[in-house]
Amino acid sequence: MSGATFPKHLLDFQEWERAQLESLLETAQMMQEVLARPVKKVPALTGFTVATVFFEPSTRTRISFELAARRMSADVVSFTSSASSTAKGETYRDTLRTLDQMGIDAYILRTDAAGVPHQAHRWLQKPVINAGDGWRAHPTQALLDAFTLREKLGSLEGKKIAIVGDILHSRVARSNAELLPRLGAQVVACGPATLLPGKLPGASLTTKLREALEEADAVMALRLQKERMDKGLLPSLPEYIAGYQITEARLAWAKPEAPLLHPGPMNRDVEIEGTLADSPRSLVERQVANGQAVRMAVLYHVLVGKR
Amino acid sequence: MKGEILFKNATLVDARGEHGTADVLVGEGRILSLSGGEAQRVVEAKGRCLSPGFFDLHAHLREPGQEVKEDLRSGLEAAARGGYTDLVSMPNTTPVVDRAEAVRALREKAAQIDRARLHPAAALTQGQEGQVLCEARLLREAGAVLLTDDGRTNEDAGVLALGLRYAASWGLPVAVHAEDAGLRRGGVMHEGEVSWRLGLPGNPAYAESARIARDLEVVRYVWEALETRPQGRSLLHFQHLSTRRGLELVRQAKREGLPISAEVTPHHLTLTDAHLEGLDPLYKVAPPLRTWADVEALVEGLLEGSLDCVATDHAPHTEDEKSLDLLRAPFGIPSLEVAWPLLYTELVQKRGFPLSVLVARFTDGPRRILGLPPIHLEEGAEASLVLWDPSQRRTVDPKGFASKARYSPWAGWGLSGWPLLTLVEGRVVFEGLG
Ligand SMILES: [Zn+2]
Repeated sequence: MSGATFPKHLLDFQEWERAQLESLLETAQMMQEVLARPVKKVPALTGFTVATVFFEPSTRTRISFELAARRMSADVVSFTSSASSTAKGETYRDTLRTLDQMGIDAYILRTDAAGVPHQAHRWLQKPVINAGDGWRAHPTQALLDAFTLREKLGSLEGKKIAIVGDILHSRVARSNAELLPRLGAQVVACGPATLLPGKLPGASLTTKLREALEEADAVMALRLQKERMDKGLLPSLPEYIAGYQITEARLAWAKPEAPLLHPGPMNRDVEIEGTLADSPRSLVERQVANGQAVRMAVLYHVLVGKR
Repeated sequence: MKGEILFKNATLVDARGEHGTADVLVGEGRILSLSGGEAQRVVEAKGRCLSPGFFDLHAHLREPGQEVKEDLRSGLEAAARGGYTDLVSMPNTTPVVDRAEAVRALREKAAQIDRARLHPAAALTQGQEGQVLCEARLLREAGAVLLTDDGRTNEDAGVLALGLRYAASWGLPVAVHAEDAGLRRGGVMHEGEVSWRLGLPGNPAYAESARIARDLEVVRYVWEALETRPQGRSLLHFQHLSTRRGLELVRQAKREGLPISAEVTPHHLTLTDAHLEGLDPLYKVAPPLRTWADVEALVEGLLEGSLDCVATDHAPHTEDEKSLDLLRAPFGIPSLEVAWPLLYTELVQKRGFPLSVLVARFTDGPRRILGLPPIHLEEGAEASLVLWDPSQRRTVDPKGFASKARYSPWAGWGLSGWPLLTLVEGRVVFEGLG
């Protein structure tokens, strides 16, 4: 796909076509090789400055992005603020425009509200990478999921991927439902009736765990936020566990060897049986390692463009 | 006969219909003649329309306390530019308008500003807290025309019943923002395919219709128990209807003769939840923009009269507030300056909606809800009028708004029907003739 042009930002996958995504994942493969070297650094982004701007704290994601940028020799600045100071009148727009005066070349943006990366994209003339916006999208997570799945399964063409948990409030589910079908996979999203949207483009929905897991080539469990109980969306934790925890016995409904993924951080013995999380079926650690390579590839494509 | 202004060759349009052209002479605050005469000022009105001044039953002018968003001067100026001669201000200010002195203060200040006339609404319950009724009699004496806890919802049906009964005894209608708080939850947009895909908390259409269904039973209960039933008056007015189902309930109740009325906003008649696809809080409004099927139903409801009037729900906020994210940005769309040209263009020009019916929904419709007599274009009528241009097209440019809210979901839309001259009792309150 050399010569293919790419959207100069990564807000979600609406503007991305399969060829571009395949090429991005190929670049991630090359980055993976860089990370296997004793000196894990390439000069590709020398002279560029990227800013991680996190209005919602997430140390894991921020470190993954910052390491990715540094391994490509970019300068990195980070800005962390909380939603509460934003509510006090310090607007996203003010913050971003202030940063923009300092010669930032790309923004990596994380917020607890859907849509801020789109708003930022309207305010700034620079590339914006969405590092998670509310319930809406977390495209680099979906990319690293796809990368990890392909490592294990080969092509995703015709593969059935089951996503289990709180679908309604999950940006990971939404981004995977957008991305995986673009790579040929079929997505089934499963969760308690109160935690499913009415529809989710790119995925079929079910409340029946067995239906979701049967014939699945891979299973992804989502993190369950405890606050769902406070808001009355779930009767109790044991109730959730009884219906939807991924256990060894239930994973047996899926295809033999079907791997288990989780975007982290995991609530052990809630969404996944603890022993299963540590078993060879789990790709959780592989996902974290792959996250860095995928984010290097995204930064490269967004800042440098074509290969 | 000598007058102050003569509109030569004006096309007359009022709620009764289109009446061809006439030379309209205005003086002493009245229409003196429809057959010309001498005047100090002659306005050539060939190809232009003259209508009774528009009446907005629902605007948030933010004074007192939130003048950074809007104040009486900017709001009433915006109204006059929009062809409005009269406007009802909502009481959800800081502090809440729930006492006679506050109503008097607003009216005195508005009279000095001398743009559109201000008719304050006052709160139904003290502090709009939904518990203790306000002093309806004293408020009416001070000039309040309507009681409402708009900005909030009336969760306690018992308090609403008491409020309706008490307000009715003093001849005041009650207006409600009909949404069930439990069903609405934290919804920031219409619940449906778009909200599910965008991952935004949804506000289902049934939050509105469930509350309307409950309130209709409350009206029925109060109505049956009233000693004297004021005929032809609205006891309960439903603000800003947004759903097809809500409209069906209102239509059915009206057929059964319940004393209710309802309004619809310019945004619910022209925009849908698809406008949220760009994730811009500009389109965040309560109740939310619904689907195209809802828009179609509302247009039909406006035509048949199930919806008595167009009311703007002009709800200005600062640009900074509207630049927050979709969860935190406040609800509201400003529209005083575009409401008439917008609906003239989108409904009359594009969809063949009858012009005189649209005029009726901007004039007689809202007046009737408040028990005011209609204004028609005839000799002796009050000269609160708007001259507007049905043909010249102009692009909406919010930077030129008189309102402090200089943004608009209709920015860049090409519209006709722009007001050129607005008169309140014969006085020019907006002059837009080149
Ligand atoms: Zn309201």
